[in-house]
Amino acid sequence: MSAEDTHGSSVEVAARVERRWTAIAVIIIVAMALLAAFAGIHQATMPQPRVETTDPSRLHLSGEFVESNLGSMLEANGNVTVRAIGQQYSFTPACIVVPVDTPITLRATSADVVHGILIQGTNVNTMLVPGYISEQLMRFTRTGDYLMPCQEFCSFGHEGMWGKVKVVDKTNFANRAKAGGRLSCVGQ
Amino acid sequence: MLVNRKLILAHFWLAFGVFGVALTLGAWQMFIRSPIGTWLSNPELYYRSLTAHGTVMGYVFPTLVAMGFGYAIAESALEQRLVGVRWAWTGFWLIVVGSVMAVIPIALGRASVLYTFYPPLIGNLFYYLGVVLVVVGSWIWVALMSINLRVWRKAHPGAPVPLAMFANVAGSYLWAWTAVGAALELLLQIIPVAAGLKNTIDAGLARIFFSWTLHAIVYFWLMPTYIAYYTIVPRAIGGRVYSDAMARISFILFLVVAMPIGMHHTFADPQVGAGFKFIHSAFTALVALPTLLTVFTICASVEIAARLRGGRGMFGWIRALPWDNPMMLALAFSFVMLGFGGAGGLINMSYQLDTTIHNTQWITGHFHLIFGGAIVIMYFAIAYDLWPHLTGRELVDIRLIRTQLWLWFIGMIVTTFPWHWVGILGMPRRMAYFDFSDPAIAPQALSVTFSVIGGFILLASGIMFIIILARGMRAPQADAGAYRFALAVHQPTTVPVALNTHALWVALMIALTITNYGYPILNLATAAGTSVPAVYVGAQ
Repeated sequence: MSAEDTHGSSVEVAARVERRWTAIAVIIIVAMALLAAFAGIHQATMPQPRVETTDPSRLHLSGEFVESNLGSMLEANGNVTVRAIGQQYSFTPACIVVPVDTPITLRATSADVVHGILIQGTNVNTMLVPGYISEQLMRFTRTGDYLMPCQEFCSFGHEGMWGKVKVVDKTNFANRAKAGGRLSCVGQ
Repeated sequence: MLVNRKLILAHFWLAFGVFGVALTLGAWQMFIRSPIGTWLSNPELYYRSLTAHGTVMGYVFPTLVAMGFGYAIAESALEQRLVGVRWAWTGFWLIVVGSVMAVIPIALGRASVLYTFYPPLIGNLFYYLGVVLVVVGSWIWVALMSINLRVWRKAHPGAPVPLAMFANVAGSYLWAWTAVGAALELLLQIIPVAAGLKNTIDAGLARIFFSWTLHAIVYFWLMPTYIAYYTIVPRAIGGRVYSDAMARISFILFLVVAMPIGMHHTFADPQVGAGFKFIHSAFTALVALPTLLTVFTICASVEIAARLRGGRGMFGWIRALPWDNPMMLALAFSFVMLGFGGAGGLINMSYQLDTTIHNTQWITGHFHLIFGGAIVIMYFAIAYDLWPHLTGRELVDIRLIRTQLWLWFIGMIVTTFPWHWVGILGMPRRMAYFDFSDPAIAPQALSVTFSVIGGFILLASGIMFIIILARGMRAPQADAGAYRFALAVHQPTTVPVALNTHALWVALMIALTITNYGYPILNLATAAGTSVPAVYVGAQ
C-alpha cells in the first residue's frame, strides 16, 4: 500500500465517523421536536394558543376586568374562572381562592407595565403584557397556600409584588360560592 | 502579522475594564439580596446596578472582545495590514461615547429599565441613544471585516479563506442582522416615546422585536469562543483540527439558524399564538446541531493532540493531554459548563418544560453558566494567548493563570448550581430583596448563601485576571513570533464556493427571519388598539 492510499483511506474513515455522529445529532434533534409536537397535540400541553387584546386604560370602566368582576367564579359546569389584574405593585385580588381538583381558567392582564404571574410549586407561569389578555388552564391537586410573586421586572417596587393563592377543599368553596359574586380570600 | 496592536489592545482593555466594574456590581447585587446582606433601604439602587451590569455585560463587553479579536484575526489570519484603521478607531470611540452617554442616566436612576428595556417602562432618552451609538460603533467593525476579506479575496482569487477569518466574518454578519431587532424596537418604538414625540407604545410588539435580538445575540457572544475552540486550542495544545469542512459547516449553521428562534423567550407571552411558538421551539432544537458537531470535532482534535503526545487506549489518552497548559484547562472547563448549560437550555427552549422555570432564577443561572462560564472563560484564554503578541512581552505568571481559571470555573459552578435549584423552587428573577423570614421562602436561604460565595470567588478570579494582564504589560520584552492559527489534519487546498463565501447563507438567514418573524410582526403592527400609555421611570 502506498502512502497516498493510507492518506486516502484515513480521510475516508474520518469522514465516515463524522457522518455517523452527524446522524446521531440529527436524530436527537428530530426526536425532541417530535416529542414536543406529540405532547402538544395529544396531551394539549402547549403555551397559550390564542391572542386576545384589551385596552389597559379602560380596564376599570367596563369589560371583564372591572373591579366587581375580579376574583374566582364558579361556572355552571362546575369549573372555575379566575380573573385578575396586575398593576404596580400588587395583584387584584391579592389573594386568590380556588377549589382543589377542579379545572380552573386563569384570565389576567396588566393595567400598566409588563408583569408576570408565577405560582410557586406549580408550573403555572404567564406574562401579563398590557394590551393583551393572558389565559392559562390549571388544576391544583393539594390544598394549602401558594406564593404568587410577580416574575417580571415592573420598576422600583417589583420586589414587593407578591400575591397568594389559597387552595381550599371543594365543599368549602361551593358553600362560599352559593351567595354568588366573585370570591377572593377576603372574609376567609 | 499584528500591526495595529494598539487598536486591538484598546478594545481589550476597555472590554476587560468595564467587565471588572460590572462584575463588581454583580457580586454586590448577589450579596445585597441574600440572607447575609441587610435589606436595601432603597431598592431602586439595586435596579440601577442591575441595569448597568446587564448593559455592560450584554452589549459593551462581548462586543468589544469580538471586535478586538476580529481585528487580530483579520491581520494575522489574512496576513495583511488592516484596511480602514481610521474607521476602526471611529467605531471604538463611538462605543466609548455611547457607553458614557448610557451610564450617566443609569447612575442617576433615570434609566432603570434593565438592558432588556421592557416598554411601556421608558427611561431617559440618552440611555437609549448611548446603546444605539454602541451598536453603530460595532456595525463599523462589521463593515470592516467584510471589506478586509474582500481585499484579501482580490489578492488571492479562489483560495480558501482561512477558517478563523471565515468564522469571524460569519459572526460579524450574524451580529449585524440580529442587532436589527433591537434597533427597530429602539428607533420605531422606544426613542420616539422617550423623546416625548409620542406617549403610547405597543408592549407586545416591542417584546417580539427584542426577542429577534435576544437569542441570536447569545451566538454572537459565542462566536469568539467557538473560533478559539477551532483555531487556537488545537495549535496551543499541539494538535490538529479534525475537519476543516465540518468547522465551516458549524459556523454556517450558526449564521442561518441562530436567528429565527428568539420567540422561545416569549412562550409565556399572550401576544403570539401557539403555532409560531412551536416553530421557534423546533428551530431552537436545530441550533443544538452546530454545537453537537463542534463538541465532536473539538474532542477529536484534542484526542489527536493526546495521541501525538503518546497517549494510548480508549480513554487513556486523556491523561496524556497537556493539563498544565492554560488553554487545555480553559477548554475543559468551558466544555463542562457548556454541557450543563446546554442541557438546561434544552429545557428552556422546550415547548412544555419552559413553563416550570420561565423567569425564575433558573434562567439567571442558565445564562450565567453559558455566557459567564463557557464563553467568558474562553475570552480569558484568548486574551492570554494573544497578550504576548500584542505587548511584545511574555506572560510569566503561568501558575497564577491556572489558579485564575480554576477559580472562575469553581466560582461559576458554586454560583449557578444553587441558582438553578432555587429557580425550580419558584424564586423569581430581578428582585432587590427577598423576605427569607417567610416560611415559604426560608428553605431557599441556604442555596442563595452558597450562590453568594460563588459570586465572591468569581470576583476574586476577575480581579486576578486583570492583574495578570496588567503585569503582562510590564514584563520583560520577548519576541513571541507571528500569531498563528491551528491547521487541519487535511489542510484544504480548495474549498467549495458554498463553504468559502457567505452570501448564500446570509440570504438564507434573512429569508428564515422573514418567514419566522414576518407574520407575527405584521400582525401586531397592524392590530388596532394595542398601544398602551408609556410609564416614565423616575417620574412617579
